[in-house]
Parts: sequence; structure tokens; C-alpha cells
Amino acid sequence: MASAKEMKSLVFGPVFANNPIALQVLGICSALAVTTKLDKALVMGIALMLVTAFSSMFISMIRNHIPSSVRIIVQMTIIASLVIVVDQILKAYAYNVAKELSVFVGLIITNCIVMGRAEAYAMKSPPLMSFLDGIGNGLGYTVLLVIVAVVRELFGSGTLLGVEILPLVSAGGWYVPNGLLLMPPSAFFIIGLLIWALRTWRPEQQEQH
Amino acid sequence: MSNNNESIGKTFFVVIGLCLICAIFVAGSAVGLRPKQTENKLLDAQKNILVATGMLNGEDIKAQFEKHVQVRLVNLDTGDFVDQDPLTYDYRKMMKDPAGSITLDEKDDTAKIKTRANIAPVYMAYADGIETKQITAIVLPVHGYGLWSTMHGFLALDKDGNTIKGLNYYEHGETPGLGAEIQNPKWVAQFVGKKLADENGQPAIKILKPGNADPASAYQVDGLSGATITSNGVQNTFVFWSGAKGFAPFLAKVRQGALNNG
Repeated sequence: MASAKEMKSLVFGPVFANNPIALQVLGICSALAVTTKLDKALVMGIALMLVTAFSSMFISMIRNHIPSSVRIIVQMTIIASLVIVVDQILKAYAYNVAKELSVFVGLIITNCIVMGRAEAYAMKSPPLMSFLDGIGNGLGYTVLLVIVAVVRELFGSGTLLGVEILPLVSAGGWYVPNGLLLMPPSAFFIIGLLIWALRTWRPEQQEQH
Repeated sequence: MSNNNESIGKTFFVVIGLCLICAIFVAGSAVGLRPKQTENKLLDAQKNILVATGMLNGEDIKAQFEKHVQVRLVNLDTGDFVDQDPLTYDYRKMMKDPAGSITLDEKDDTAKIKTRANIAPVYMAYADGIETKQITAIVLPVHGYGLWSTMHGFLALDKDGNTIKGLNYYEHGETPGLGAEIQNPKWVAQFVGKKLADENGQPAIKILKPGNADPASAYQVDGLSGATITSNGVQNTFVFWSGAKGFAPFLAKVRQGALNNG
């Protein structure tokens, strides 16, 4: 059985030391689409975390019985089922956010982080560790999404979670919102700057030439 | 682990077994959560009707809707109200049901919707409560085909049956950032105050290329840049629903004062 220290590193390692978006540069597509508002980013992050954790756990549970010739299909079936269940739950209990997220919840199926963890970790690790690994990577994804979403929502529409922080000129305040931040390319810039900051803080993440 | 895993029998067994288990989970969640989802949809429709009239004020949506909005059914061919319980009438279902709809021929089908229900719901909004009997807006459900999808919206008219009070597209599959801008409140605000039909009762709203609309005109509206086909779809929706196969017979009666008689 693994030590508590190892478990901790599984959960918190992917947040800064081995972030799936910043270091591995996976899952960028959805990061561009769902970060215009903080609530969307949070729900998406949590949805992805749950899907990654449970898919890794289930795949790990049956890893010794998965024929290698069809292993990707088996992984996809489990991931897709979980995504549909999550989508149904969101539609029932968080209808407004689910409507805004629209196809992006369904597209968790194609998110490289989920497949990546299933193939790289869950196929050769025990269920509990795989579950924690999924939580950790989902957490890394969520943290980065939340940082990007805070910047985009605060400076793009002057609000956070829909609450007005910077009063807009159009509503009689003083802040002129930056429209670029509501467009997908701005997420690219912010993620780029974050990767730069992260690699300056932790030089071991820099790629060697 | 062992070679046994790779045999054809084992492969089939694992794949079929897994599919069965997954299917049970997916079907279970879809069926189990359906009542809750239907309720959300209904609440969302009520909210969108209130948004179209501009009356949404942050109160409990269901309570506000019941206090301020009355649903009536209208026969689209004659324009008369129909005595039938609006709560049990499923408009979306009737659109496709041959028993309750007509098939439009190509000439009439400007909005490309193929079939049209014979009876449509209309929503009477009373800003100060239903009991005052003072109608402040009439909300009509409209839909038409855009670039990728059928766009569903609510069109709110003033009690004269001609002046637009609001437009709210609540369901569509247009391109985010381009066609999906039909939901942008800034774009929708252009429609407020425009006239649906001209003096002769003909459909008159004109969606022009962006930047060409004259703000002083009673009929002209700027289209969306980068979304010509979606804009055309909105134009076609207006043509159809303000035309003879749409709400024109009903609106003609409204203009003659049908609402004053109850």
C-alpha cells in the first residue's frame, strides 16, 4: 500500500509541479471555450475532475481483464458513459450553467487529459491510486481554468461569478471592459503568460535544448 | 496479463459485458433525472417569455409568471382563440404531428420549417398582474431555420399587435461568436420599437447588411456581421410569422380590438 506522502503528491503534484495544461499542454481546446465566466469554468473543472477520477478508477479496477487489442475502445466506453451521466446530472441540477456549457460537457469525452491519465496511469496502477491521480489532474485543470476565468471575467465584463466588481462605463461606472478578453484568443495569451510565469518560478519545467 | 486476455472469446466477453453495464448506468441516469429536467425546461421557457417582455425582475420566476402571464391558444388559420387547456397542449409535439399541423409548400415555407401546427400558444403579459386585465404585451413563439439549426425565440409585441417590445432567442445551434450573437442583448435591442407590419398589414421588418440600417426607420435593422445566413434566417422567421401562414390573422384581430372583448 502506498504511503500517505505518495498519495499527497498524486493529488497536489499536478496542480503546479506537473500541471496538465501548463506543462503537458493538454486539454487546451476546452480551456479556451469555457473560461469567459468563472461559474462556467468552475463547473467544467469539477465535471472534468469527477470524470477523470472515476474513469481512472473503473479502468484500473478492470485493467487486468482488458484485452490490449481493444483497450482504447474499452476506455472510451467507460469515459463516454460517465460523461453522459455527468451531463444528465448537470441538466437536472445546474440547468443554466449546463445550457451555457452546451457541447463542452459532452466534449470532455475527447479531452486529452482523461484519455491520457487512463492510458498512462490507470492501466498500470491500483484503483485507489488511479482515483487520486484523476482527482489531482482534474484539480490541476480546474486551478488553471479558474485563474484564466478570473482574469477574463474580471477584466472582460467587470464581474466575478456574476457579481459586479468593476462598475462598467455602460452602467454609469468608470471601467471600460476589454472586449478581447471575451474572445477565445485571449485565453491563449493568458495561458501563455501563465506558462511563462510558472516556468520562471520553477526552472526545472523548462524544456532543455 | 496472461495470453488468455487476448483470445477472441475473452475480448467479446469483456466488450459486451462492459457495454451492458454502461448502458444500464446511462439509461438509468437519463430516465431517473428526466422529471427534474422537464421541470427545468418549463421554468426556462417561462423565464424566456418574461425576458422577451422585459418584465423579468429577479423574483421567483414561477410565481411571477403565474401572476403576470396568461397562456392562450390561437387557431393560426382563423386567428381566433381556441377553448382548450393550454397546459396540456404540447406545441413542440404538435408541430410534427400530421393530425395537428399542416405541411407547408415551398412557396409558403419562407422560414424553412416544413410543417406548422394549427394551434399555437400566445402569452398575454399583464405588467400589473392578470387581475387588472390591462394587457401590456403579447408574446408569440417564433422559429425558423438559420445556418445550422432551427432557432426558437419569443417575440414580444405591444398591445397594438405591431410594435416590437422585445425578441429573445432561447434555443439555437448557431456558431458561437457569430450567429449565436442573435442572443446578444445589444443586437436584440435594435428591434425594440420597430413595426412588424406596414400600413397594409404586410411583413415589413428588413434586416440589412450591418451598418446600412437607418435608425430612424420603423422597419430596418442591422444584420450580424459574419453571420449573413443566420441574419437571413431571422429575416425569414419574421416574414413567415408575421405573414398569412403565421400570426397575421391573429394580429389583424388584435389590431381590430379582439383583446378588449376578453
